[in-house]
Amino acid sequence: MTATPVIETPVIEITDLWFRRNGEEILEGINLRVMPGDVYAILGPNGGGKTTLLKVILGLIPPDRGSVRILGGLPNEKRQLLGYVPQLATFDFHYPISVREMVLSGLLGRKTVILKTFTAADTARADKALATMGIAHLAGRAIRELSGGEKQRAVIARALVGDPQVLLLDEPTVFVDAPTETQFYDIIGNLARTITIVLVTHDIGVIVSHVTKVACLNRRLFTHESRELTEDMIQGAYKCPVDIIAHGHPHRVLRPHPEEE
Amino acid sequence: MFSLLGYTFFQNALIAGVLASIACGIIGTFVVIRRMVAISGGISHAAFGGIGLGYFLGIEPLLGALGFTVGAALTMGELEQRAEQHMDTLIGAVWATGMALGILFIYLTPGFAPDLFGYLFGNILLVPQGDLLLMLVLVAVIVITVGLLFNDLVAVTFDQEYATVINLPVERLLLILLVLIALTVVMLIQVVGIILVIALLTLPAAISRECAAQVKTMMAYAVLLGIAFTTTGIFLSAYLNIPSGATIILVSAAAYGAVLIKKRLIGR
Repeated sequence: MTATPVIETPVIEITDLWFRRNGEEILEGINLRVMPGDVYAILGPNGGGKTTLLKVILGLIPPDRGSVRILGGLPNEKRQLLGYVPQLATFDFHYPISVREMVLSGLLGRKTVILKTFTAADTARADKALATMGIAHLAGRAIRELSGGEKQRAVIARALVGDPQVLLLDEPTVFVDAPTETQFYDIIGNLARTITIVLVTHDIGVIVSHVTKVACLNRRLFTHESRELTEDMIQGAYKCPVDIIAHGHPHRVLRPHPEEE
Repeated sequence: MFSLLGYTFFQNALIAGVLASIACGIIGTFVVIRRMVAISGGISHAAFGGIGLGYFLGIEPLLGALGFTVGAALTMGELEQRAEQHMDTLIGAVWATGMALGILFIYLTPGFAPDLFGYLFGNILLVPQGDLLLMLVLVAVIVITVGLLFNDLVAVTFDQEYATVINLPVERLLLILLVLIALTVVMLIQVVGIILVIALLTLPAAISRECAAQVKTMMAYAVLLGIAFTTTGIFLSAYLNIPSGATIILVSAAAYGAVLIKKRLIGR
């Protein structure tokens, strides 16, 4: 850290976070600060703890040690400010629900009355979120009729409809096919102008565009907290997951990252 | 054949079929889309314990069943959330315990062994007028509850984790859904019996899922299919003088089979 005083509150601040499942360390001593406006890519191999980290941030699983703050508050209190986009593989896409209905469900947490009917204003918000994702024309379709890429966009729209301050994306590109990939990144790039984005992925290609900070996660998290994508950063980020995936030696990541905080 | 319509018992049977189908279509839809078929089986078999207790205490057996099904539903829901047991295991335990208690209570009841066959396999042609009233109340409770919580129930059954993230009362909603299943089961005991309950709960909804794109439409189709199956079953059983519960189930299963075969032949 430089001497410049930081006035902004981090949108997400994780301090010395540990999590163990069935006697196995999943997350070890994680420190992470996401500042407003960041597009933070967390790269790592499958099983490296990426989804677990997101779930801890969302307050879905309690950590064994350490703290998570979302805009200064506890996850359970502030998580409505986060727009969560789970992995597509976790969905039951045979569920009979239309795209618009699914997006509208993202607004339910804000309604307090028992009879939670959706107003015309709610529908307008849902359609706006769908338009942002470029799939306004699919609003009336059943989700099971959508392609993988369209499903991904619909799920992001559900996260966007509640006007979150941060978008948390779990493996957002797995089902995005090559022809629409560039288009997909353009949408993410546009979103990044107004919203903080955290995305976890094992797909190293993701970091090419729009990303402002990169970390590598494989039980432990390594980051340079770099605002700019320097060549050194890109190289470092590319190297670690490639090595992990290719050889299955997590240790190899540790070496190029001696400047762990 | 239509001369049967002149008899009160037959009219009652048809009304009971319609009421049961409404509950079945609405709750069965959630059972099918959230894959709660096995838990529904556990709840329905637990009802047998309540029926036995009803005989033992000399109260209306269906009230005993109501207590046992709701109790079993809440126990399984709570234990799954608190004791971190697999639902699968809990279902097996509750299922068998309910049946065992029923047999024990009936053994301990002095006097005649009651007609258990009706409770196990249903006899819609013998539905008493009083039970129709109970069914009407239960249907009203189910329709009103689902109506008030519809969007929440859809959100929780579609994506439980996301529902938690947006701070919906997920645990409470799931318990409410389990209780609604318990109420539906009690209604169905009269129609098809404890053992055949899951079929009527799932088959209309499973068929309607094939063509419905929304939960609401799936419910509507399932209700209509349920009415068609029960009515057909009642007429067939009265006409051919065969057991009504089994006939209703076989009509439903035949329709489900036909839909699957048609789907296979046409391809998708």
